[in-house]
Amino acid sequence: MSANDTAKARDVSYDVLVSAHQPENVSLRGYVIGFIASIILTLSAYLLTRHGGMSKGVLVVLLSGLAFSQFIVQLIYFLHIGKEFAPRLKLMMLAFMLTVVIILVGGSLWIMNNLSHRMNMPSVQQMTNYMKSQDNL
Amino acid sequence: MSGAAYFASFWLGKLSLKALPPSAIQWFGASLMILVPLGIALLLSVTHRWKWLYHEWLTTLDPKKIGVMYIIVALAMLLRGGADVALIKTQQALSAGSNAGILSASHFQQIVTAHGTIMIFFVAMGLMFGLINLLVPLQIGARDVAFPFLNATSFWLFFGGMVLVNISLILGDFAATGWLAYPPLSELHFSPTVGVDYWIWSLEIAGIGSLLAAINFLVTILKMRVKGMNFMKMPMFVWSVLGSMLLVAFAFPILTVTLTLLALDRDIGTHFFTATGGGNMMMYVNLIWAWGHPEVYILILPAFGVFSEVVSTFARKRLFGYPSMVWAIAAIVLLSFIVWLHHFFTMGAGSDVNAFFGIMTMVIAVPTGVKIFNWLFTLYRGRIRMASPLLWFIGFVVIFTIGGMAGVLMAVPPVDFQLHNSLFLVAHFHMMIVGGVVFADFAAITYWFPKIFGFKLNEKLGRLAFWLWLIGFLLSFVPLYILGFMGATRRLNHYSASLGWQQLFIVSAVGAAIIGMAVGVQILQFAVSIYQRKANRDKTGDPWDGRSLEWSTPSPVPFYSFAKTPQVSTRDAFWEAKKQKQTSTPQPYEDIVLTKNSPLALVIAGGALIFAFAVVWHIWWLAIVGLLIVIATIILRSMDEHTEYILSASEVERLDRAYLKAGGLSK
Repeated sequence: MSANDTAKARDVSYDVLVSAHQPENVSLRGYVIGFIASIILTLSAYLLTRHGGMSKGVLVVLLSGLAFSQFIVQLIYFLHIGKEFAPRLKLMMLAFMLTVVIILVGGSLWIMNNLSHRMNMPSVQQMTNYMKSQDNL
Repeated sequence: MSGAAYFASFWLGKLSLKALPPSAIQWFGASLMILVPLGIALLLSVTHRWKWLYHEWLTTLDPKKIGVMYIIVALAMLLRGGADVALIKTQQALSAGSNAGILSASHFQQIVTAHGTIMIFFVAMGLMFGLINLLVPLQIGARDVAFPFLNATSFWLFFGGMVLVNISLILGDFAATGWLAYPPLSELHFSPTVGVDYWIWSLEIAGIGSLLAAINFLVTILKMRVKGMNFMKMPMFVWSVLGSMLLVAFAFPILTVTLTLLALDRDIGTHFFTATGGGNMMMYVNLIWAWGHPEVYILILPAFGVFSEVVSTFARKRLFGYPSMVWAIAAIVLLSFIVWLHHFFTMGAGSDVNAFFGIMTMVIAVPTGVKIFNWLFTLYRGRIRMASPLLWFIGFVVIFTIGGMAGVLMAVPPVDFQLHNSLFLVAHFHMMIVGGVVFADFAAITYWFPKIFGFKLNEKLGRLAFWLWLIGFLLSFVPLYILGFMGATRRLNHYSASLGWQQLFIVSAVGAAIIGMAVGVQILQFAVSIYQRKANRDKTGDPWDGRSLEWSTPSPVPFYSFAKTPQVSTRDAFWEAKKQKQTSTPQPYEDIVLTKNSPLALVIAGGALIFAFAVVWHIWWLAIVGLLIVIATIILRSMDEHTEYILSASEVERLDRAYLKAGGLSK
């Protein structure tokens, strides 16, 4: 039997159903601020890399800073961390997320640096030249 | 470029008549992909069932029906992946020495890639999400999932990914790179055809579908449990799904991003994973396994959940060591993020890195071992009924333990250096995924079939299928362990006759043929059971003497699931209610809020499919059209304020009484 066949089914207005459990601290303004901030942070990362003309070390620090800022922006404006009553469950979720991020980012850095070191990885230019000489790339 | 050529490349991208299949076997595959949908369409037209299909299935937002559709698609794809096996095994059994076998090298590699991709993403994931849709809301006493429309969208995105993989049989080719498409082989320079693009975009669509489904079920489990069911009273299947969905939510974004980076490399000339221009192909391997290892546990955790339910029901005993089971799941969820390097011990990292990940890999075997012992202790001194779901469990314990020990062996980096990329590894992960996940799914289908369809499956044929599966499986994969030790590598399409491997490959092919017979018996089992459905009808709603809430509903489950909100105060709520004979204090019927059907989920996935197909073939105008369809439909749906309706209490009462009368339920 289908839901559609049920004769006595009737429409419910959206307001009646949803207004009761609409969180108050979630506003359009917050989403817009978060969206614009994310775009600015992403664009500035791109522009710095493309046209910044700074040394590699400085760039890495700056880009990490921008990435971290975007992380915070998204937590605050999209996931509303810190705005609402936080039971232990949400805290655990946040802790788990941070753990996973740290494991993956830290682990990847550790693995790839270790690999470069052990394999005596050539510079970008050396590698490109080598590949070109090997395979007409 | 001449005007006509420019015109064609604008409207058709890279698509041309050259995209049609080159060989006879490929033509056969392509015709099947055209004839099967045509046949289904013809059948629907002859029986005048198009409207029925549209109203009852295509537009439904009911998780029970979505679950059934997931399982149907997954079983169909099991046949497609099985056809791939037939070709692979035939090739390997024949292709020694001067005999080149039946397939060209490139076609063989495409088939192996398609087999892996389809079996993981469209069979194992499909069966898993199907079961989750069917069971999670029922087991937590909810009438629906948290976001019903999102749920349908997830399913249709999964379906769209499946369609895209199968289109590659008709137009163009599929990736010949292995199921994870490592660069540099998967980069444009070495794979210039559309094969890798098909692979990327079908997984992008299906992967986003999985991610959305995971968020949906996380919220459903966290927020929609019936009153009284706190975390430590949830059925074990729900716990395992919670763990699995957490993993999906954290791991699938990595897959999406990695595939996007590879697509950027191929389509707009970036250098994320190329050796030239500063890219690093090992970063791809690192990232794809940061997703890939959790993926293994995403598949196996719900399988553990299924067996927990099956074992306690058929031992008529409560699950042994419930808290330790929960903690084992939690440990697996965390540890599965700390072992990914064991997939590439050989890439050249130092012994400190390899030793760390080797030890973590051995550690993760501990919580898995805890679970195995808990199930065995549940059976110990239970009142055991040896029905076929329990047979699948016993087969699972044998195969999974053998495969698991092989896995722990390979966790030792020096051993892995010998076995890496060999058939030993292939035997290991098939034992885990077939012996673990697929056996669990068969157990689950047998066990919950009467709940969904209202009649039991034929037990005799079910047992026969199990024994054929078990024998065929061992015959097929034990030789691969031996071949792996002898040095046979994976994706091997030809070998020297002097190696003495051919006999073992033939034994393996015979095993695969027996599995083929087992699948035949399973199809027969469905047919016979449907034919005899009146005799096997489940009138009680509780055919196995079950323990959790889904068995308190009539079979098949009505569309509103629970006429009255179930009451829960203990673990194994339904079992306790039966034991105390207090069939709940009489409760009044209440109005029930339900979700209306909507065709828009199908439209969103259709737009995504058009987008993906267009990007594969570089038909940019069509890609924009597809994307616009997706965005416009999402906006349209967001504007719809009337997505739900109320089923009045009196109507619920009428329907419920009719069900009780028909089923002979005495409640």
